[in-house]
Amino acid sequence: MLGDLGMASLDDLFAHVPPGIKLQQPLPFDPGKSEFDVLEWFSGMAKRNLAARRDLVIFAGGGAYDHDISAAARSLGSQGAFVTAYTPYQPEVSQGVLEAVFEYQTMVARIFGTDVANASLYDGAAALVEAVNLAVGVTGRNRVLVSGGINPAYLETLATFGAGRSLTLEIAVTNNREATEWEAAAGAAAAVVVGYPNYFGTIEDLSQARAVADSLGALLVVVADPIALAMLEAPGSLGADIVVGEGQALGIPLSFGGPYLGLFGASSRYLRHIPGRLVGETVDADGRVAFVTTLRTREQDIRREKATSNVCTNQTLMAIQAAIHLSWLGKSGFREVSRKCYNSAHYLASLLESLGLTVTSAPFFREFVVELPVPAQKVRDRLLGQGFLAGLGLKGRPNHLLLTATEVHTREEIDSFSDLIAKEI
Amino acid sequence: MPVKGVFAGGRASSAPLVGQASEPTIFELSVPGRSAYSGRNTEVPEWPIDAIEAHLRPEAVELPEVSERDLVAHFTRLASRNYSVDLGAYPLGSCTMKYNPRFADQVAAMDGISGVHPGTPENGIQGWLEIFSVLESYICAITGMAAATLQPPAGAAGELTGLLLMRAYHRSKGRNPQKVLIPDSAHGTNPASVTLAGYNAVTVPSGPDGLVSVDGLRQLVDEDVAGIMLTNPNTLGLFETEIVEILELVHSVDGLAYYDGANLNAIVGIVRPGDMGFDIVHSNLHKTFATPHGGGGPGAGPVAVAEKLARFLPGSLARVAADGSLGWFVPEESIGRVHGFYGNAVVLARALSFMQYLGGDGLKRMSELAVLNANWLKSRIEDSYFIPYGQVCMHEFVASAANIKKQWGVRALDIAKSLMEEGFHAPTVYFPLVVEEALMIEPTETESPQTLAALAESLIHLAELAEGNPEVLAAAPARTPVRRLDEARAARKPILTEDQRTG
Repeated sequence: MLGDLGMASLDDLFAHVPPGIKLQQPLPFDPGKSEFDVLEWFSGMAKRNLAARRDLVIFAGGGAYDHDISAAARSLGSQGAFVTAYTPYQPEVSQGVLEAVFEYQTMVARIFGTDVANASLYDGAAALVEAVNLAVGVTGRNRVLVSGGINPAYLETLATFGAGRSLTLEIAVTNNREATEWEAAAGAAAAVVVGYPNYFGTIEDLSQARAVADSLGALLVVVADPIALAMLEAPGSLGADIVVGEGQALGIPLSFGGPYLGLFGASSRYLRHIPGRLVGETVDADGRVAFVTTLRTREQDIRREKATSNVCTNQTLMAIQAAIHLSWLGKSGFREVSRKCYNSAHYLASLLESLGLTVTSAPFFREFVVELPVPAQKVRDRLLGQGFLAGLGLKGRPNHLLLTATEVHTREEIDSFSDLIAKEI
Repeated sequence: MPVKGVFAGGRASSAPLVGQASEPTIFELSVPGRSAYSGRNTEVPEWPIDAIEAHLRPEAVELPEVSERDLVAHFTRLASRNYSVDLGAYPLGSCTMKYNPRFADQVAAMDGISGVHPGTPENGIQGWLEIFSVLESYICAITGMAAATLQPPAGAAGELTGLLLMRAYHRSKGRNPQKVLIPDSAHGTNPASVTLAGYNAVTVPSGPDGLVSVDGLRQLVDEDVAGIMLTNPNTLGLFETEIVEILELVHSVDGLAYYDGANLNAIVGIVRPGDMGFDIVHSNLHKTFATPHGGGGPGAGPVAVAEKLARFLPGSLARVAADGSLGWFVPEESIGRVHGFYGNAVVLARALSFMQYLGGDGLKRMSELAVLNANWLKSRIEDSYFIPYGQVCMHEFVASAANIKKQWGVRALDIAKSLMEEGFHAPTVYFPLVVEEALMIEPTETESPQTLAALAESLIHLAELAEGNPEVLAAAPARTPVRRLDEARAARKPILTEDQRTG
């Protein structure tokens, strides 16, 4: 091949690179390894992590939940045709990804109660950032009223990216049942942001949040837990303009926090402002039903500096896996998993209350805050050694724990966990 | 029909992508009462629902009701209606669609990798922290940078993170410059990210040789310049030979230089962005380091920076603590987190496994062969296609169908659509915008000479077919699962969900 190019060595290909900047020494890495040696090394790393089910019973959530994942979702979601495809820009040979994403959009829109949903964003935090960007773009305002019950990591991400657009974030504090206190907010705002259930597990009153948004001329952005929505009234039906959330619970492994799945649904009023890709139905030259990415003029590669979102790569593979898992759960299974999460969390809470502890979240669905008479950090450390991830700590509240339980937890596991907590308090 | 000259592993013309019927949606396959679900018996008591009665939805969500058998068949058929790298060559310019080795799937599937909750305390994630720490050191060595955040989950997220770092740097010096320079050949994410970071994008025109000219740039550089965003090689596949002078000019007004790593596959082990003078570098691990594209994602876009910017990095850096174990560290002047957790962690692990597999020499050889393949393919087709910038290219090149269009009325799009019937994925078309009827071709290092020869033969065959048979190319593809789509109809009255189909 080099001969065909009239070259003597591979170095000739780089003759035009200024010699002064060329790397003079080899990269300081070990020589290449066989795939078996690579797997050995990772096996060693994997042993030094505590894994769900194998090492730990997980009573921690906070946006990442231990759920059963169907074999169908695992195996169908890992087909090379989905895994190793690029963005479906050539629809004639991308109908598989496109139709699966169309199905995913439908499922998300139905769960959220919104008119439409996009083809996914990076994660729950990114979906919130994009929702606020949309609201800022549509209203031309940069003031946002955010419930203090939003996942603090999402709030921080929003603040990081908000810096670029001079966003003013005003935080509404939460009360003694972990619900938002919307004090007499005045003036105009781009968005009101509320969780449903919120980070502390409390099911917020969305009609109240809607009224606050109306008084500020703002869009209502709801950050929702899709598993809870199998049972709870859809935010879209309660007046949300945009609904976002973390889709990890829909068949994506815990994965140490990523890759996850940013869910984004919206009213069709904002169709032409929705970030990311949208898949729509059309027909081909022979009149056959077919699917294609559409409303492309919204996207960064066309709008460039006028774009309101820069998203390009998304989480399509996770979206497809979620669509498969949701299809496997089906109409009845989805509800049953949700109900089991509710049962497990409430059963755990009742055991803790019978120990004299106070559960502050009310009403809650599958996650709740409990107040301990001792430092939460100490309890978490002690229980980790006994095979339990005992919830998450809460910033600025050293004696509180955020706990969850799901459909994977047996009564025996919940009983043992409660017994161990009893010994710590 | 496909050309028969060369037997090539990367040609997919035998694949049965010929199903001519539409696949019903999963909702159309749904039958009331049917279910694939099986849930465990946990013996947790059924809890009364009255506490949340007021919040319940009146009807269950209308999810599909299908048996597992029908579910598996549906998604298997969908998979059979999709082109992928696993199936054949994917010379999609700027996307680096290289082969994704299988061992990385096994890394990703390990319990101790995929089954870890992100809220696990540091003493329960020492393996993950080491993966982060080692990967950060690899990325820094490859890019010539001092420290890196692994949080950004994609290239565009990396760009915005990098621009916010740029902003933090200027603010720390009490400055507030407003302009970021971007060449006209840049990816669309660059100007979009600049706007979202609160800057104004200023376009730098390419010179006649396709490169940024130092003299042209001098007209644009003033005290209001916060920085410049460049890929090198640029999107024409050309190395910016005056890169040192370009970046010195930007640095002369205390501007920072951002390296968009979209084209990093051309230079690993050969030249480092840090040595060119860049201050901020994002890497697309889903391009250069072979993590699969997943039909559009997930990716990973770590951002590495020079020492003077390390104090602004987003948090959750893996660092050695006082007791010798690894822990999380947040720089004091951090711009804040850019992901809900620690980034696309499993994608990061896959990328590191690829780097370890190739090693230092292998990574350099990877880039050398990517550049060799691009140049060889270019030389094979240059008698049939106009190559607007004829110099030695890097990992990709841009051909133009402008002449073919002028003579025979066949567009770049027609060539691209026809190539799919030859058993190859289409190249990127109409990008970069500075080339008329652009066909942007990136073969990557993982395609064999036989595959490149077969791809070249197909491209030459299509150029010949254009002469006299433009209608054949205009009608292509004919044997794919669907033919060309009515995209205007999709946009005119959008149908984005099953409910909008019937409603």
